[in-house]
Amino acid sequence: MSNYEIVKREDFSDVTYLLEVRHPMMARAAKPGQFVVVMLSEHGERVPLTIADFDREKGTVTLVVQAVGKTTRQMQQECKPGASLYGLVGPMGIPTPPSHARKVICVGGGLGVAPVYPQARALKESGAYVIGVIGFRTKELVFWEDKFGAICDELILCSDDGTVGLHGRVTAGIEQALKKHPDVDEVIAIGPPIMMKSCVETTRPYKIKTMVSLNPIMVDGTGMCGGCRVKVGDEVKFACVDGPDFDGHRVDFDDLMTRLRRYSKEERMALDHWEKGCRMQRSIDQAEGVQK
Amino acid sequence: MREQEAAARARNFEEVARGYLADDAMRESERCLLCPDQPCVSGCPVGIDIPGFIRRINEKDLRGAYDVLTATSLLPAICGRVCPQENQCEGQCTVGQTLEPVAIGRLERFVGDTAIREHWANIPYIEPNGLKVGVVGSGPAGMACAADMAKAGCEVTVYEAFHQAGGVLKYGIPDFRLPNTVIDAEIGNLEKLGVKFECNTLVGRLFTLEQMITEMGYDAVFVGVGAGYPTMLGVPGDSLNGVLSANELLTRCNLMRAREFPNFDTPQPIGRRVAVVGAGNTAMDAMRVSLRLGAEKVYCIYRRSHKEAPARAEEIHHAEEEGVEFHWLTNPVAVLDDGNGNVKGLRCVRMELGEPDSSGRRRPTPVAGSEFDFECDLVVYAIGTNANPIMGQTSGLRLNKRGYIDTDERLATSLAGVFAGGDIVTGAATVIQAMGAGRRAAAGMKAYLGLRDGNRPYRDGAGDTLFGIDAGERNFARIRV
Repeated sequence: MSNYEIVKREDFSDVTYLLEVRHPMMARAAKPGQFVVVMLSEHGERVPLTIADFDREKGTVTLVVQAVGKTTRQMQQECKPGASLYGLVGPMGIPTPPSHARKVICVGGGLGVAPVYPQARALKESGAYVIGVIGFRTKELVFWEDKFGAICDELILCSDDGTVGLHGRVTAGIEQALKKHPDVDEVIAIGPPIMMKSCVETTRPYKIKTMVSLNPIMVDGTGMCGGCRVKVGDEVKFACVDGPDFDGHRVDFDDLMTRLRRYSKEERMALDHWEKGCRMQRSIDQAEGVQK
Repeated sequence: MREQEAAARARNFEEVARGYLADDAMRESERCLLCPDQPCVSGCPVGIDIPGFIRRINEKDLRGAYDVLTATSLLPAICGRVCPQENQCEGQCTVGQTLEPVAIGRLERFVGDTAIREHWANIPYIEPNGLKVGVVGSGPAGMACAADMAKAGCEVTVYEAFHQAGGVLKYGIPDFRLPNTVIDAEIGNLEKLGVKFECNTLVGRLFTLEQMITEMGYDAVFVGVGAGYPTMLGVPGDSLNGVLSANELLTRCNLMRAREFPNFDTPQPIGRRVAVVGAGNTAMDAMRVSLRLGAEKVYCIYRRSHKEAPARAEEIHHAEEEGVEFHWLTNPVAVLDDGNGNVKGLRCVRMELGEPDSSGRRRPTPVAGSEFDFECDLVVYAIGTNANPIMGQTSGLRLNKRGYIDTDERLATSLAGVFAGGDIVTGAATVIQAMGAGRRAAAGMKAYLGLRDGNRPYRDGAGDTLFGIDAGERNFARIRV
């Protein structure tokens, strides 16, 4: 059976972790803006994750994951170097087209810092002036500040609670950057839907092109099921094959957020079921330990 | 044929039609007149020697019957189950003019199942010819093409984007109609021919068709990726939670095994009342899966009448028996919101049939003022598919106006060495049509590669052969330097 080995793992916080998975062919093919679909086990679900980075020489693809649901928590527990994923397919989606923007703000909110990184790097390599705005809830959750800083001409770090950097959300960072640089010609914002929505509303009065990367629920990731459909302007698009990047000013974020909630009850059930299994396993382990 | 009781089977995923026992098959085979003009054969998209295999069943030579079948059909256990026989072989049957036609499909399935049970496989002696063939998509078209090319001596690799091979046979057609064990047995037979399957591989994005030819050493490539881009209805409420494509429902249930949630991670909450829009085979599958997942009421909403419904007669019959409520001449105009973004119901309008349209079917038109509401919590669209854009996005393949791949009569595409067939060329069709396309593409591919097509008879005595080689056959010598 297929075997995608995890070669490196790094924990950014209690909930956020990085995995480097060996897949030389994918590392060669991957481009900024694309995503993969991961299956942890034969019984697993198909989870879309944005490619955070790729190393063509090492032949690895980097994923940054937040443990929120059953599968991402199980991955947090099981995905250690040497372990492997049951399924990994990609790169999926249309790569972010090369931008001719001269001055760009790259905004990453929380986990979104990871997927916006390769885009920021590509822009920097193409000669653009890159302003990074990255935001986290609190100081403990901050990751990749250095990595991001190294490819940005300016970096604004924000935290919701003010424990580090600018006190406020990423939108405050965008406003600050726009005040200093009124000639910004593109904004790229990746993060939770609510954060992307507010970024889009922040840039709308300035009429600055704002690209977002959408993360709806998917099954196959190849356009076959239509579960990831989103409203963009007056059209229905499938994020997996028509995206995942879209013009944020045309995206219906309320629709996206409603659709993201459609399995919340089942997601809760799956998590409970799994945690119960874990507790049982622990008590079995303990009982066996006592016997020995 | 023996069937599971409707009330019981509507709640389980075991196969509905249990298949013939040896006695049943014997009795049925006697009904075949072995008529000399063989109208059934002309009705078969792949031209199986139908009287030939039925005669051998009658002679109790099941192995012989299997040999006759596999000379043309690659997957008898699958075709016997899913072909629309009433429009094909059985529709042409001479007996059928006065009585029930000979149950050719059931006999074919009987032979196919016997072969699986007895582990028969017709693996010809294959001399490797050193040519490499890539197949994109492991559905019926890809499987058929792979088998023919492997038999011709090519080294064949089939790429599949999902984590399991089988394409629509796996994710689409439910277990109660086509058990996974049957598909896996047929895939096993392909592996015995030397075909390799590579799952988790999205061709186009991981590597392109052009790369397969120029960098990866493939001498020819077949694209059989399916149509795979479901049509949404385009009415208000389309994006509400609880509206989904039949593809999504079926994939979640069949491939991802949502029916075993939470032991499998993928959920598919089914709701109490399910309205399925459409009346093709996919719609029937979606309805019957919904019943089995525990829906109390399942409605079929179709804008034309029973007569125009494209599903196999047996599927509609089975769905009716299991308690699906059919609403013919009914067209949805809006999905209703419960105020929280979930489906509350489906607003429909009555239709009446007018003059025939371009498809030859009478065009349905709405009856003014006939709007009414269904109460339901899940709405499933089974109204067809559009062309999947991935191949077009990632290669220089020429597409037609509707986004499907353009081919010539040999199923060659605009890229040298790349052939295509199945739903991605014709739009949504049947399993057997896709298999037929896979085989036709294989024939074209063999001519392109300079391989003699063993299926093509010599035209003895005719003036247009040269040393026994058909003069119309091009490139019969291939020089590799």
